[in-house]
Amino acid sequence: MFNKKFLKQYYLMLIPGFIWLVLFSIVPMFGIVMAFQNFNPIDGLFKSHFVGLDNFKYMFQLSDTKQVLINTIVIAVGKMIGNLLVPLIFALLLNELCFKKLFRPIQTIVYLPYFLSWVILAKIILNIFGYTGPINTLLQHFNIDSINFFGRADLFRPLVIGTDIWKGFGYNAVIYLAALLGIDPTLYEVAAVDGSGRFSRLWHITLPGIKTTIALLAILSLGNVLNAGFEQIFNLYNPLVYSTGDILDTWVYRAGLVQLQFSLATAVGLLKSVVSLILITLGYWLADKFAGYKIF
Amino acid sequence: MIENKSIGSKIFDLCNVIILILITLACLVPMWYILMVSVSSKEAVNAGQVAFWPVGFNLLSYQKILGEVAFLKSFWISIQRVVLGGIFGVGCTLLVAYPLSKTNRQFPKRNIFMWILIFCMLFNGGTIPWYMTMRNYHLIDNIWGLVLSGSLPVFNVIMAMNFFRNLPSELEEAAYVDGAGPWTSFIKVNIPLAKPMIATITLLTIVGHWNDFFQGLVLNTKQSNYPLQTYIQQMVVTQNYSTMTVEQIEEMVQLNNQSLDAAKIFIAMVPILIIYPFLQKYFVKGITLGSVKG
Repeated sequence: MFNKKFLKQYYLMLIPGFIWLVLFSIVPMFGIVMAFQNFNPIDGLFKSHFVGLDNFKYMFQLSDTKQVLINTIVIAVGKMIGNLLVPLIFALLLNELCFKKLFRPIQTIVYLPYFLSWVILAKIILNIFGYTGPINTLLQHFNIDSINFFGRADLFRPLVIGTDIWKGFGYNAVIYLAALLGIDPTLYEVAAVDGSGRFSRLWHITLPGIKTTIALLAILSLGNVLNAGFEQIFNLYNPLVYSTGDILDTWVYRAGLVQLQFSLATAVGLLKSVVSLILITLGYWLADKFAGYKIF
Repeated sequence: MIENKSIGSKIFDLCNVIILILITLACLVPMWYILMVSVSSKEAVNAGQVAFWPVGFNLLSYQKILGEVAFLKSFWISIQRVVLGGIFGVGCTLLVAYPLSKTNRQFPKRNIFMWILIFCMLFNGGTIPWYMTMRNYHLIDNIWGLVLSGSLPVFNVIMAMNFFRNLPSELEEAAYVDGAGPWTSFIKVNIPLAKPMIATITLLTIVGHWNDFFQGLVLNTKQSNYPLQTYIQQMVVTQNYSTMTVEQIEEMVQLNNQSLDAAKIFIAMVPILIIYPFLQKYFVKGITLGSVKG
């Protein structure tokens, strides 16, 4: 039903939200110009000198760029794989649970860390892995020397990936659990009558039943290749682990807001945004094409 | 389903229960630990004696916090931010979502607005341009900077929109026949039906504001303006052992009051723990809602 009077009201409803969106999402996009300037806050966006692609060229000449990029991709891909598989395994185990009374309490507790901030969780993690924390105390009982967990470059990536999976697996498992509920229970009954074992049922019924969900989640996580998790790393890292733990976002923060190299930081940030946009769009396109998934 | 389980199957069941209980404990024990540290004596914590039970139980840390003006101030700023940001965020989200939930026939320009939203969700100018914009708006050291700087939460808009779309259209049509306009229909028909969805996005908005530390850090030059998470983030337990010897580290640890810090961390978790039962109830619905297509 089309009604012209209604239309005016619809626009009226959109106004506050869209003003907000324009002022705080779209206006900042024009700041991208800084990436092509030698930006100086006193001259502002309109009077600063344009330098073409110099910032991008300089970026690739810097010695840390390559390392930062490698760190970002290794951590991000590690998280993508872990966040796909660990929740899946957890959901499958929970699905096989024989005391059904434990199902709800377990589910309730495991997504608690998801809702706590990285600031809080990082402080707790640093405490637990710290010199006087329980893990080092435990190690001392076995006569093993204390380990400076978050001061060692070789341990930083596994710790970051591990704690990220720990924070999110309960939440990420919800989608799998919903998909598992969608499998036709008569299939299991028929299989049981045929005398097939639990493992064979898992292999032939459960996994094929949720394979679309797994594929969909994998495709949609594509956009995270350059997203190694700023909040987490910012709260966990220190100069000792820059060599393996410094990522694009933390580098941009330090270059831009600490060292005030606005143009260089904007250029790096822009490159990240553009690559992510392409990957996310590709992900959505693939998801639509192969699984019929649409975000709206 | 009745079946005779083999021994192997029974052993698997037992192991499975044990593994799941261990996994569950792994999600609870770290928070429990911080609570235990906060109620233990400083000396016991520094000696590494505290694990699962308090050693030298006392509430001194919590008593001390009551006297720390900076902590209480940042707590109050966070509360203000959550309330203002919650009302403004949810209000704008619903107002945008409702017209966009209409069909292309009812609202011909709908898709243009939709694409603008999607573009803003997928692309952003990056940290530096965003910061410069905030500075130009004079939103530094300003509570409104914290409330507004996140922009319209597009993901929530899409979730709300999908919910409105799946409501039965007959109800609205009946309201129109009775002479109601879009506003009446929105407020009297759609909003009451959308309570679970509104609860979900309210909770997500509140948690988002409460948990943010970065905007609080970047948009404030004065420490007295920090919201709670930024305050906690800046708290000196930053372990920069890089150039220290083991003795120096131990000395530094002695000086630190870990119990007090733990108490602050725990208090910052409390609001989330209080709304957790509600989060629980609604957010599973929320996730599935977002993916339902109209």
